[in-house]
Amino acid sequence: MRALRVLRIGPSCTVQDRGRVGYLGQGLSQGGAADTLALAEGAALLRQDAGLAALEMAGMGGLFEASAPMRIALTGAEMVATLDGAPLVWNASHRIEPGQRLEIGPAKRGVYGYLHVGGGFATPELLGARAAHLVAALGAPVTKGDTLPVGAEMLPAARQVTGLGLRVADRFSGGELRLVESFQSDLFPPEVRRRFAATPFTPGRRASRMALQLMSEGAGFAAEGQLNVLSEIIVPGDVQMTGDGRPFLLLREAQTTGGYPRIGTVLPCDLSRAVQAAAGAVLRFRWVTLEDGLAQQAAHEAAVAALPSACRPLLRDPADMADLLSYQLIGGAISAEADPFETGAET
Amino acid sequence: MSREAPPIYPLIRNVGLSGMLVSFGDQLDEATNRATLAFRSAVNVLGLSGVVETATSLASVFVRFDAVELPHDRLRGALAELLLTRDWYQAPLPDGRRFWRVPTVYGTELAPQLEEAADLAGVSEAAAIEELGAARVRALTIGFAPGQPYLGTLGENWDIPRQSEVTPQVPVGALVLAIRQFVLFSTASPTGWRHVGQTGLTLFQPEAADPFALRAGDELQFEPVSRAAFLRLRDSGAQQGGAIVSEVTS
Repeated sequence: MRALRVLRIGPSCTVQDRGRVGYLGQGLSQGGAADTLALAEGAALLRQDAGLAALEMAGMGGLFEASAPMRIALTGAEMVATLDGAPLVWNASHRIEPGQRLEIGPAKRGVYGYLHVGGGFATPELLGARAAHLVAALGAPVTKGDTLPVGAEMLPAARQVTGLGLRVADRFSGGELRLVESFQSDLFPPEVRRRFAATPFTPGRRASRMALQLMSEGAGFAAEGQLNVLSEIIVPGDVQMTGDGRPFLLLREAQTTGGYPRIGTVLPCDLSRAVQAAAGAVLRFRWVTLEDGLAQQAAHEAAVAALPSACRPLLRDPADMADLLSYQLIGGAISAEADPFETGAET
Repeated sequence: MSREAPPIYPLIRNVGLSGMLVSFGDQLDEATNRATLAFRSAVNVLGLSGVVETATSLASVFVRFDAVELPHDRLRGALAELLLTRDWYQAPLPDGRRFWRVPTVYGTELAPQLEEAADLAGVSEAAAIEELGAARVRALTIGFAPGQPYLGTLGENWDIPRQSEVTPQVPVGALVLAIRQFVLFSTASPTGWRHVGQTGLTLFQPEAADPFALRAGDELQFEPVSRAAFLRLRDSGAQQGGAIVSEVTS
């Protein structure tokens, strides 16, 4: 079977897909990739199904070697990537040959980077998904010495393209998170809700795939009688106030119920921006109505559906170049820093 | 208070962008819990196109849906109509329930917050062990972590609040307590509840044919055993920490 050998890897790398739906009533949250947009981008770059599993790398990648020729794509937090020492463009798809060394370093911007393979990672399915859900003791982090099985390419050879790139809007520097009121919002006085939206937050050190701690100056954001509220359902995006009124943004791997009250719920389409906010980034909240939220989410989903057509060749196809011999094709390796759409065959 | 008037139950409210919650009360009691179990099952039977999944919490039924296929107004209407079809508070408990007798060590370093909880409940540690060990509680809902039950209801003196600080980690099988309920932990987890007992139950086994041990409606009693007896059970590898399971005939 085709496989990717793991020669070295960061401490918090897991195989992730879109997670498990339908177990909420049994206490198992959906889980899945922290940055779901990155999953969709990788699938678009490889022209394959967005349900396939990828490797999620929190802050740091690793060193990999393929057992067979395969296609890869790199998305999410921008990391330093090289193939046998030559820089690889991020947000793009590439071909790697057996024996070549793929090295992925630390994140330059953002938190979660993704390594996708043509055919997806074919690690065992548990309860209908391959996503590791460490809180639920499902799966384990990928470690040095592991061999990750790679699924068969579903595309005919002619359509197994690489060398595609995507322009990706910045979601790695913090910014605005839109949220709607939810069923416990009115436990928080209107003044507290306003102050919450007027307060800049930075990600705390207690960040995980379950929740993102939000740090701010000044008073906490307390609800009425908040230590005695009945435990209620939690959905990803909920902003929960712990006993001292300090907020946590709950993510897809959060617990399914909880007693600390939630002030509101961040739109699903803004969660990628939240999870990719590294230490020092500033996050702010903005209240939107349910109608606005639904419209903005629908617009996001339309943009995700259009991702495949937004992928463009990194370089012009040599067959299209009339004066091929005047181009320097080998010597000018592409810098990982440069804009891949502005470099290459235009020297 | 920020609420202008007390809410009237049952109550239908939005959860985030694509969830709806039908709440049958704001505190825990027998009738409310039976209503949630019966109403969830009725929503499932309704089979509305666009409903993604349902779940119960202690006093509410949660419906996750696709708001494009099933707009909010339409789902709200369907749920309101279903509410009118019967008196949900009179619904019977589900069939096929089981009774679990679970060997439990109270206090010691295995469950270090018994003393604190007993103080808050105004009883001695010995009285606490007697009261908690005699209580036959029901799995009111499954949630927080995979297969993990909220269990109640304990006597009124056990209406103690959560901690304001979170305990970083309690182990699998930990019996924790707040607001007249136990939670029995299915995974090692942080919690704001007080760790009063330790059991050898494994509630979630992902590779098993039936990964989730408990169902909402099951009844449990946490029978006190000495620390030494508990460790013997654990070290002998007793299945489910020596718990004895029987059918509840209602």
